[in-house]
Amino acid sequence: MNHIRRILAATSALGALAALPAAAADLEVTHWWTSGGEAAAVAEFARIFEEKTEHTWVDGAIAGSGNTARPIMISRITGGDPMGATQFNHGRQAEELVEAGLMRDLTDIAEAGHWRDVVNPPSLLDSCTLDGRIYCVPVNIHSWQWLWLSEKAYADAGVPVPTTWEEFVAAAPALEAAGKVPLALGQQAWQMSGLFATLMISLLPDDIYLGVYRDKDEEIAAGADVAGIFAALDTARKMAAKSTVQDWNQATNMVITGEAGGQVMGDWAQGEFAMAGQVAGEDYHCLPGLGDKDILTTGGDAFYFPKLRDDDMADAQADLAEVIISPEAQVAFSLKKGSLPVRGDVDLDAANACMRKGLAILASGEALPDTNQLIDSDTRTQIEDLLVEFFADPSYAPEDAQKRFAGIIGNAL
Amino acid sequence: MGKCRDIEHAPLRAQAETVLTDYAAQSRDGTGPRGRKPKKRLSGRNIMIYGTLFVVSVYYLLPLWVMVVTSLKGMPEIRLGNIFAPPVEITFEPWVKAWSEACTGLNCDGLSRGFWNSVRITVPSALFSIFIASVNGYALANWRFKGGEAFFTILIFGAFVPYQVMLYPMVILLREIGLYGSLAGLVLVHTVFGMPIVTLLFRNYFTSLPEELFKAARVDGAGFWGIYFRVMLPMSLPIFTVAMIIQITGIWNDFLFGTVFTRPNLYPMTVQLNNIVNSVQGVKEYNVNMAATLLTGLVPLAIYFASGKLFVRGIAAGAVKG
Amino acid sequence: MPSDPVHARQGGTAPPSAARRPRRLLRNLTAKIAAIPMVLTAMVVFLGGTVWTVTYSFTNSKLLPRAEFVGLAQYERLWATRRWVVSIENLAIYGLCSLVFSLVIGFVLAALLDQKIRYESAFRTILLYPFALSFIVTGLVWQWILNPEFGVQSIIRAMGFEGFAFDPLYNPDIAIFGILIAGLWQGTGLIMVLMLAGLRGIDGEIWKASRVDGIPAWKTYIFIIVPMMRPVFITALVLITSGIVKLYDLVVAQTGGGPGIATEVPAKYVYDYMFGGQNLGQGFAASTMMLLAVAIVVIPWAMLEFGGKRRG
Repeated sequence: MNHIRRILAATSALGALAALPAAAADLEVTHWWTSGGEAAAVAEFARIFEEKTEHTWVDGAIAGSGNTARPIMISRITGGDPMGATQFNHGRQAEELVEAGLMRDLTDIAEAGHWRDVVNPPSLLDSCTLDGRIYCVPVNIHSWQWLWLSEKAYADAGVPVPTTWEEFVAAAPALEAAGKVPLALGQQAWQMSGLFATLMISLLPDDIYLGVYRDKDEEIAAGADVAGIFAALDTARKMAAKSTVQDWNQATNMVITGEAGGQVMGDWAQGEFAMAGQVAGEDYHCLPGLGDKDILTTGGDAFYFPKLRDDDMADAQADLAEVIISPEAQVAFSLKKGSLPVRGDVDLDAANACMRKGLAILASGEALPDTNQLIDSDTRTQIEDLLVEFFADPSYAPEDAQKRFAGIIGNAL
Repeated sequence: MGKCRDIEHAPLRAQAETVLTDYAAQSRDGTGPRGRKPKKRLSGRNIMIYGTLFVVSVYYLLPLWVMVVTSLKGMPEIRLGNIFAPPVEITFEPWVKAWSEACTGLNCDGLSRGFWNSVRITVPSALFSIFIASVNGYALANWRFKGGEAFFTILIFGAFVPYQVMLYPMVILLREIGLYGSLAGLVLVHTVFGMPIVTLLFRNYFTSLPEELFKAARVDGAGFWGIYFRVMLPMSLPIFTVAMIIQITGIWNDFLFGTVFTRPNLYPMTVQLNNIVNSVQGVKEYNVNMAATLLTGLVPLAIYFASGKLFVRGIAAGAVKG
Repeated sequence: MPSDPVHARQGGTAPPSAARRPRRLLRNLTAKIAAIPMVLTAMVVFLGGTVWTVTYSFTNSKLLPRAEFVGLAQYERLWATRRWVVSIENLAIYGLCSLVFSLVIGFVLAALLDQKIRYESAFRTILLYPFALSFIVTGLVWQWILNPEFGVQSIIRAMGFEGFAFDPLYNPDIAIFGILIAGLWQGTGLIMVLMLAGLRGIDGEIWKASRVDGIPAWKTYIFIIVPMMRPVFITALVLITSGIVKLYDLVVAQTGGGPGIATEVPAKYVYDYMFGGQNLGQGFAASTMMLLAVAIVVIPWAMLEFGGKRRG
């Protein structure tokens, strides 16, 4: 596969030399999209990039997300030998690299492409903006607030598929009686903190979530509303007690096989259902906002382009930025990954039932910023440390956890 | 040492030469334990020795057994559960997949992609770091100089510093000397981080050698390099073997430095290993993970097995122990 | 390895006739030149890097090092964090057990292999091979073997011992010993070959003499051979303890620090906060505590050990 790509690159480079002044460049792109649906999605970017331009996509995939990939990316950028483009989560992760002047200013490209007009919701572009300049291309929208349910599990247990969180909780005993795990949950801290934030967003009014995560209001975090969320988390802890898998997609697999009733996970889980050949609305069901509230957060991934000295490379960067946000690439990528496109003007005819629900919510404007856009990684890590302890220790009282949570929020920047 | 300088004592010198040729000859025949092989007999002592080694070997081999049988099973069989059971139906598919088909991102050519890169990184890094460290150890043990101990103490302290902590300073350092992103830079990084332990290894080994050897060579008029190459090297094969084991394994299995200090065209095999093991395509393919690990481990394993020849009894003159 | 005698050249100290020249600096000149890489590594990387780390532990650096000093704030937060305290306790338990078992097992195995046995090379490879395997999968395999549902426990129960319980990785009180089992499996082989190399460096005359005197073999080992192998033991000690301090990968692969925070270790705290939490200041503060502990123990000991007279 790769040989073919190289040969193609070589021939197209020859053609380019004859025809065009701009030389072809090998653009190294680092990312941590290595699970099934993710890899298929990023392959669409590479395909379109190589079809539309004379450049070559050099793939630098590093599995293992943040802790494995990030030190490598940051070292490469600070070491003065950066890659051509790199993935980061939307939000505050790359803030300092931009401030240090290591990232390329994309404002001209953005203006030429009218990004302001096409990107929806506009908050995505705001997350890429620093002092009025744009430094990244939003790639996709991910939302956390989805409850994925297994048709098979509920059929086996002889109860109807729930339509709200409350029904989901009420159906748990029936599932347990049928030898199933009511809630699939991977034992990694980020999955627990995602579940926690999702409960807060879906079960409480918006201003509570924003008060805690955006305004860092310690009083709200210690208040009665959030106490209710910790009680719900306690319930979730009991429902997930028998779920011992580690990775999120192993947990998703439990839902796919009907071993578990449901999983609270972001829309990327849809890629796994699609890879398993399951049909939305038939084999599995999805409840945005846990079925309680039509709401989604709009986090996601973005591509950043480190400053490069080589002009050919810089041209390739600009071309890649244009490709990523082009309607064609947006559609192709979103369908494979299960995420939503960052453009409000593309037509997702091929979208399935779940994606349509998501698109409808976005179109109605019911969107909140993602936790990653509101709190920094340090605060996030502390919340994760708290929740992983909470889930592992059944004797850890919800009240004690809330007290500690409020303290973390109070100290957050 | 100074004492020996002005001595022109023929008999002593001849004696020293004999010593040297003796050691040289011994190292050259390289056959390991000398003397008669013990008679094969079923004594209580032998039963105890072989019995203990056998039991210990079982403990050490158990995980290997699990890995090998898992790597030869298909996924449906793995899901049945018994990890110790031999495969009902042997399949080599996982091995083929791990070597040449497993995808990491867009590249679907498995571990084979990084194999030669790993060789290109490991060979110079191991050779260079062992050479530097052995010279360090030799200088420290036999040519004591002022300040040597202080530098060495800092070096030993460095053995305890977590690599991750040194990542940023190292990146900045290599950037400033213009080696960032090159193979030479990576070799340097491996040399630096391997230096504490390997220097200690050589220093302590050279220290434990009888000083008479060194003195005899000095009397013979040999200098720093002369003694190093003609006396110390031939006598140190066991410790060179240990150094090789440590460095080759460490460098071959390194993931962090290989990715931080190079570019994708030089990424070692461990990058693919990490990507195969850490990225899950739907269901975790344990059989492919195990095959990938075993494949990655083959090169160090081959070195271990081949190192038997180098494990000669370096200095044992009598060889009548036991 | 360059062993060709042709490459050997004369060097070293000034010949006797040149003794008139200033000798202090030129004495052992070649040795000093040869030690330059070591001096640079020690001073620039390890000393420089440590000073750099300590300095930035007093700042509020996040993703990139930044010289905004905040006093002891990072340390106050560090010691108020339960995970850090648990990490230290875990490391103490793991470290003590690992040190004792590695040294004892390593030496006994080496002594057994040194009995002129048959198939020495095969046995040596068997004991050493775990060292060649990556931690990622070492952790995974031991995770399986120790899994109560399909590992050792289920096998023994299937043999009729229904009450048998062995699930270290799922019991927070003993989970750290589950890590220890895998750690010893992975690391003792190296200690064994190191000891073996040391035993091979012992003069055969010693054995002759002790046999003539009628001293039993085990006594010869304990009272004569072990003291003679002191330098090798020192190397082993440094190798084991530095591995303990740096313990990270195995925990990540085997338990990820769980259940809960039962198997967290300091190096993981450092790494998680430096790169996951993007809080370099906090990570550096934790590293500084680790380095400080090491410095208090290692530097005085190393000065005594290596600064004294030549031994052996």
